[in-house]
Amino acid sequence: MLNRTNLATLLVVLAFLAVPMAATWLGTNYVITLATRVAIYGIVAVSLDMLVGRGNLVSFGHAAYFGLGGYAVAIASFHLANDVPIFGWSGTNEALIAWPLAMAVAGLAALVIGALSLRTAGVYFIMITLAFAQMLFFLFVALKYYGGDDGLSLSTRNLFAGNRITDSRTFYWICVSALALCVLLSWRILNSRFGMVLRGAAASERRMAALGFPVYRYRLAAFVIAGMMAGLAGALWANQNRFVSPDMLSWVRSGEFLVMVIMGGLSSLVGPVVGAAAFLLIESYLSGATEHWQMIFGPFVLLVAVFAPRGLWGAVRGKDRQ
Amino acid sequence: MSALQLEGLRKSFGSLRATDNVSLGVEDGECHAVIGPNGAGKTTLIGEITGEIAPDAGRISLFGVDVTSWNVPRRALSGLARSFQITQLAPGFTALDNAAFAVQARQGHSFRFIADARKDKRLREPALAALEQVGLADRADRNAEALSHGERRQLELAVALAMQPRLLLLDEPMAGMGPEEGARMVEILRGIKRTMTIVLVEHDMDAVFALADRVSVLVNGAILKTGTPREVRDDARVRDAYLGAGAH
Amino acid sequence: MQLFLEQLLNGLQLSLTLFLLAAGLTLVFGIMGVINLAHGSLYMIGAYAGAYAAAKTGTFWLALPAGLAAAALVGAAMEFIIVRRLYARDHLSQVLATFGLILFFNGFIAWSAGRSPLLIETPPQLAGFVEVLPGLRYPAYRLAMMAVGVAVALGLWWMISRTRVGMLIRAGSDKREMVEALGVDIAKLFTLVFALGALLAGLAGVMVGPIRSVQIGMGEQVLITTFVVIVVGGIGSIRGAFAGALLIGLCDTLGRAYVPMLLKSWLSGPLADGLGAALASVIIYLVMALVLVIRPRGLFPVSG
Ligand SMILES: Nc1ncnc2c1ncn2[C@@H]1O[C@H](COP(=O)(O)OP(=O)(O)O)[C@@H](O)[C@H]1O
Ligand SMILES: [Mg+2]
Repeated sequence: MLNRTNLATLLVVLAFLAVPMAATWLGTNYVITLATRVAIYGIVAVSLDMLVGRGNLVSFGHAAYFGLGGYAVAIASFHLANDVPIFGWSGTNEALIAWPLAMAVAGLAALVIGALSLRTAGVYFIMITLAFAQMLFFLFVALKYYGGDDGLSLSTRNLFAGNRITDSRTFYWICVSALALCVLLSWRILNSRFGMVLRGAAASERRMAALGFPVYRYRLAAFVIAGMMAGLAGALWANQNRFVSPDMLSWVRSGEFLVMVIMGGLSSLVGPVVGAAAFLLIESYLSGATEHWQMIFGPFVLLVAVFAPRGLWGAVRGKDRQ
Repeated sequence: MSALQLEGLRKSFGSLRATDNVSLGVEDGECHAVIGPNGAGKTTLIGEITGEIAPDAGRISLFGVDVTSWNVPRRALSGLARSFQITQLAPGFTALDNAAFAVQARQGHSFRFIADARKDKRLREPALAALEQVGLADRADRNAEALSHGERRQLELAVALAMQPRLLLLDEPMAGMGPEEGARMVEILRGIKRTMTIVLVEHDMDAVFALADRVSVLVNGAILKTGTPREVRDDARVRDAYLGAGAH
Repeated sequence: MQLFLEQLLNGLQLSLTLFLLAAGLTLVFGIMGVINLAHGSLYMIGAYAGAYAAAKTGTFWLALPAGLAAAALVGAAMEFIIVRRLYARDHLSQVLATFGLILFFNGFIAWSAGRSPLLIETPPQLAGFVEVLPGLRYPAYRLAMMAVGVAVALGLWWMISRTRVGMLIRAGSDKREMVEALGVDIAKLFTLVFALGALLAGLAGVMVGPIRSVQIGMGEQVLITTFVVIVVGGIGSIRGAFAGALLIGLCDTLGRAYVPMLLKSWLSGPLADGLGAALASVIIYLVMALVLVIRPRGLFPVSG
């Protein structure tokens, strides 16, 4: 059925497919770089929306899992480059090993932090997720061995199925595929029995508990899944920039991720991706125009929060049935 | 074996005794009404039975098992269902979805991540049957918040029935219903009466006398009298306390 | 021993600064139900206004009122223009809107005052040391800060338990109708409380000026620690804010002083250094985790 929502989704897909052509046509690689970043942040935004939009769990620490994913890849690569590979094994330079590893690390952290934070709700949850993310931030600042404040560089990108990824287009397709996988997976998850419980608990926690659902466990599982996706995005980010730093885990970034989700549209799968794109475009434009771009961007965020809480996708969706 | 056994249950909110040393046994298959003026502590008692409210003292057993330390979901899974006095349906979900939640809960854990729950016959069919039972089948695809008040009360009941409970707690299922809807609700309850144990909190005396095997009168958190409907009706103290307090 | 006492005093001083921030934040949340991320910005504004006034006039004693006034005015304006639109909104909108405010204020300060850190001179009257105990000399300025913190705590306690405004505050946001029935202008009360919170944040900001550099981002750093304080204490409770501030301030200061040392006595080498520093910097979060396990609603939970 070709309603407005589906049409917009189609346009988004076409836009991603058209990026390499546009880059050729415009004769600049910057388009690819930017679109790769959109795909990576899109993954984070989609995963965060699973918590915030569908689960009504406002996590203000999502950058922590993003950063952990990045650091997992970078640290593995650092040990390899210094001839002290982890467990004496050099396989960690293979993306198909390193990236799942990054997801596992992020997921593990999400498990521990989620187990603690989900004991609370509402504003406690917001503050606690923020605080734990800040804790990890300080941890990496203090870990001088891994570069501390200055961060850590990757000497090369990970190998992908044994091949070197030097070409930015190849890397772009990898990132877009990862995004597509995450969106599809989220879509399935949110409509599955599991997803119904998660969403039902957001709508009426009391009801779901009275029916016999131990809501806490379902939320924790969602928290871990979202953390793992963010971890994957972090691994991709580390590969794109061949660099990680505590800045990846900073609270500002957590806030920016929330901005992407809201700007794009809560609970809409594709909306957060659009939000990530809008955010990056605005940021790249404003920061090019003035050094004090935050002075303009801050009020913009404020206006979105006050006047357009349904975001861009809310406008697209219009009168379409949910 | 009794379906529900309460022993010396107490709960205070500050200086207010909402549940005052309540002991009560409900037999398997019985329909037991709890009546009492507003603020008597009926909803609080239901909350204690379901596990939402932790009593200060006392014990609760379901079907011979002490569940005092169990949390809400665990008690629910052991065969306890409730309807809420103030409807607690999930907004944004259809009537059928709401009933399907209950079916899903009964079918074991829901850590299933891929298959589309809305296309799952094992959820849809029993859920639809529960809606039919209360006469809501033609509203299956309406969002819960788009239903009329009476329909929402019916849906509350359908959700509870979809759990196929052994013990059903109903908190004023007819509150705010018109006489026709109320009569219909009585018919529905009469139909399920012997198939499960029911604890019915209700203000409508006609409904109580039509349905209940036994009645307990709760006043100021304490049980004033338990007996057959006739015994309760003829009790002078009950008349004083209950009618004197200004309820129906 | 002397070192320990000195660290203890440092810890208390940090605690009292944190309390000034936590009190405002927890009041605003407890009464209006708003989570205000930009509370840290008010702290920064107080500090910058103070630094500016100090640079212009050359005296701390004008910096202090300038910082207080700036923070309170900006706070009142913030409530009047923006925050009051957020009372009825969900926490997500509040978080996002006040996040936008932070970005704005940070950008604004960078634009108007530049990015290099500033310092406020210690007032000469308080520049010396005081012999607190035989052999233990402690900076007079820090002692004065602590005295102000204690005075504010007592003042708040008095205000909340003894005055009409305090009664209204205790009535809380859920009893809005009741308070309105008493003929109180709720809107004005809210602006007032918000401005009071801002004033306390500004006070903390100016007072910190002479001992830490005034710079962009100082607000968020301390804001998150303040969150830890009120989560530990119980959101909405002034008493909790005080207890939480003491616990977190002391744990942080003593942890930073002693954890690396203790670790060194077990482990050795650069690993111990790195690990010690890392552990010391996360100790307050571990305390928070512990409190959450034992009492998820904080040490002094507010009912309802
Ligand atoms: N969470 C609570 N906090 C304080 N008082 C409560 C609470 N819940 C119920 N009460 C009080 O307990 C008494 C019993 O309430 P309730 O059980 O709802 O009565 P009923 O359902 O019989 O009308 C009432 O006076 C009510 O105000
Ligand atoms: Mg009731």
